[in-house]
Amino acid sequence: MLGNIHSTESFGTVDGPGIRFVIFFQGCPMRCLYCHNPDTWEIKPNQQISADDLLAQYRRNSEFYRNGGITATGGEPMLQMPFLTELFQKAKAGGIHTCLDTSGICFEPAHPEKYDALMAVTDLVMLDIKQIDDAAHRKLTGHSNENILAFAQYISEKGVPIWIRHVIVPAWTDSADEQYRLGEFIGGLRTLKGLDVLPYHDFGRQKYDALGIDYPLKNTEPVSVETAAKARQEILRGIRHRLKSDAT
Amino acid sequence: MFNEFAPEWEGFVPGKWSNSSVNVRDFIQKNITPYDGDASFLAGPTEATQKLWAQVMELSRQEREAGGVLDMDTKIVSTITSHGPGYLNKELEKIVGFQTDKPFKRSLQPFGGIRMAQQACKEYGYEVDPSVVEIFTKYRKTHNQGVFDAYTPEMRLARKSAILTGLPDAYGRGRIIGDYRRIALYGIDMLIEDKDHQKATHFVRMTSENIRLREELSEQIRALGELKELGNIYGFDISRPAKNAQEAVQWLYFGYLAAVKEQNGAAMSLGRTSTFLDIYIQRDLERGILTESEAQELIDHFIMKLRMIKFARTPEYNALFSGDPTWVTESIGGVSVDGQHMVTKNSFRYLNTLNNLGTAPEPNLTVLWSKKLPQNFKRFCAEMSIKSSSIQYENDDLMRVTHGDDYAIACCVSSMVVGKEMQFFGARANLAKCLLYAINGGVDEVMKIQVGPKYRPVTGDYLDYDDVMDKYDQMMEWLAGLYVNTLNIIHYMHDKYCYEKVQMALHDRDVKRYFATGIAGLSVVADSLSAIKYAKVKCIRDENGIVVDYQVEGDFPKYGNDDDRVDQIAVSIVKTFMDKIRKHHTYRGSIPTMSILTITSNVVYGKKTGNTPDGRKHGVPLAPGANPMHGRDTHGAVASLTSVSKLPFKHAQDGISNTFSIIPDALGKDTKIFSGDLDLDALRQEAEHETD
Repeated sequence: MLGNIHSTESFGTVDGPGIRFVIFFQGCPMRCLYCHNPDTWEIKPNQQISADDLLAQYRRNSEFYRNGGITATGGEPMLQMPFLTELFQKAKAGGIHTCLDTSGICFEPAHPEKYDALMAVTDLVMLDIKQIDDAAHRKLTGHSNENILAFAQYISEKGVPIWIRHVIVPAWTDSADEQYRLGEFIGGLRTLKGLDVLPYHDFGRQKYDALGIDYPLKNTEPVSVETAAKARQEILRGIRHRLKSDAT
Repeated sequence: MFNEFAPEWEGFVPGKWSNSSVNVRDFIQKNITPYDGDASFLAGPTEATQKLWAQVMELSRQEREAGGVLDMDTKIVSTITSHGPGYLNKELEKIVGFQTDKPFKRSLQPFGGIRMAQQACKEYGYEVDPSVVEIFTKYRKTHNQGVFDAYTPEMRLARKSAILTGLPDAYGRGRIIGDYRRIALYGIDMLIEDKDHQKATHFVRMTSENIRLREELSEQIRALGELKELGNIYGFDISRPAKNAQEAVQWLYFGYLAAVKEQNGAAMSLGRTSTFLDIYIQRDLERGILTESEAQELIDHFIMKLRMIKFARTPEYNALFSGDPTWVTESIGGVSVDGQHMVTKNSFRYLNTLNNLGTAPEPNLTVLWSKKLPQNFKRFCAEMSIKSSSIQYENDDLMRVTHGDDYAIACCVSSMVVGKEMQFFGARANLAKCLLYAINGGVDEVMKIQVGPKYRPVTGDYLDYDDVMDKYDQMMEWLAGLYVNTLNIIHYMHDKYCYEKVQMALHDRDVKRYFATGIAGLSVVADSLSAIKYAKVKCIRDENGIVVDYQVEGDFPKYGNDDDRVDQIAVSIVKTFMDKIRKHHTYRGSIPTMSILTITSNVVYGKKTGNTPDGRKHGVPLAPGANPMHGRDTHGAVASLTSVSKLPFKHAQDGISNTFSIIPDALGKDTKIFSGDLDLDALRQEAEHETD
């Protein structure tokens, strides 16, 4: 089986624990306004490469990845479920730590069993929750967040560790109330292990120019680390509240 | 040979170093206090340090405003004892000594070449005193004149076309590290005694080789005498060993100062001094006569002096080396052959100068990196790298195998055992240009004249891999021979007219010499050959049939992506050229080595190299050192570094350099906004204590 891969990054330091070999899958159904990889959107054939070839690249430099592993990201890796599952199965069999960076958008709540094989070989899911409010989520990404939240529950029930990622974008995701609500939701995920609050940046802008796509957040200023840190506190407050109410 | 245990050595563990011969390594091994702790013991700058450094910054500002040079000596030829004492502020300086009689005044050094000295002065509005010019043109021959007396027409042409570049034929070759530690440990008198003994026990059959060595030993002994005098000029008696930390730093610095007063070398490196000096500092700390703050002050003042080393150089020279580098390289850390790491508190103190004095490119602080270095030190290095971008790293695990545990780095990557090995610096051959010569039958693509041998040029419209490789092999054969012979002349003349007396006085008599060749343009060559092999490369010729441009049709694997199809081409070029170098006679029994390290000169080389078959245009810089071409490594740092690490060290033993920059954010997450170890139980407990 061959995967449709956009590119690989041999020195990933921000996509999971340790230094990681990061595989960018081609194609994504989401159109998040602040996406910094618009070049991975289109579901068109790119590099066709087998799981064995990808893992061979990893193994050649495994010395670098002693505290890391591989990360599947994109694009949306879950668009290529059979290939993704095979990749992770082979990695796991070789003792390689596997991390799935996903939006969760492809999850079908009616058929959770479809994902059991993948979850059995996934060490960590980094789930990007863009917006807790469904209406706002639709505007920001073009989709409802219903499947995404259901996927979060499913992962948690499967006992797979989760890191939640959340990007702070001015006017889109910077309300304290929403941040608190997000915290309340993720506080209910029993396998929650990490919270990554990212300040919005516009590094992706050049790619839009190169692709001839209009940059949707032209007038949005990059967010400071301090603002992101404050948002993180708000989310943590929500988490604590949920934990407390669950306990009682 | 030493009769008694000197009183200054009290408290040190004796050994071969004290009862048999000059042996600094043995002293270090017997007396080192390895340090595994963290950086919390470090002290900030003292008031004196801050005052002095403010003064230096002010002088720097004045120098910049004056156009790059504040003052130049135009009359006094620099020797070890040529100038009276100079100070910033005598009351505050713990370590003293300048190259001339005042800070920021550049010395006059005509032994490498009088014209270079004149030009350097002229560019900044100074003029060398006519009597000095007369002496060095009429009566005293220089290194530069000697070289040009012996060069063949072919050598001159190869130099002009820049297929051989940056040759040290008009300036000091540098790259020699005197074992300056010996002065602190033994004092000058014991070193002279040792040199007298070396001379008295050498061959008496007067072959030209033995005569030369006898003459050199006499020069060395004279230089040691002058070094003692340099101490006197500043009010110190360095005939005896240093008795405390301050003296040890000062004695050592006098040795280095003498070297830079005598030589304006391309790289004037310091050696491996931090752990050596730690032994003195540790003894003083234990005796209660020195505090941590005072220890740091000594090191800060020493480093401050090293930052103020300056030479008179021409703008062309500065263009070649991107600025005005002195390459005061200091090698820190490493592991000893018995497996014990050699990190001491003083290793931290050296790096701490980047905090106390701010960041600076000189001295070139180089960490000899090993897996076995203590975790706390590794952490501190990483922290200081992120903060200062000023630390160089080299692979100790690789170099220790050949050089043991008392080697140091000269310049950027050249390793040599301190006091026992030296090298003849050989600049480099431009292998990218050599490939173009192979295609054009020895005709230079920029000058449009025959420079190389008139071999058969490529005749077809498209380049054929086997044909080009065959021609390239022959052209490299020619280049290697010409290159080695050119260097033979240069080093013969440098020894003759610009001998490094004081630096060699701080070496053993029978030194191992390396003949350090180098190559430039490796990644261009690898990518060009890959393009020829995996894509189609069409030749574009000018009206005279010279191929002046290339059209690449299709894509090809590029060096820097961990792709063996092209990486192995790079590997084989390195080995092939080194093997060709090895075929030739090298001056003074030296051992040929090769480096891949054009760390700055790649810009100038690029200007002189025409369009290349990889699609690179005339004038575009070659990649520095063994780096992939800019922007062609598209698979991230690990893949890029892996390509470089495939290059065989045994065929590039003078070093392989890779310039790596990364924005701090790309090294990992900010801990303020990310935590990968959320503890839900802890959060729950916290929540239960909250009152809301």
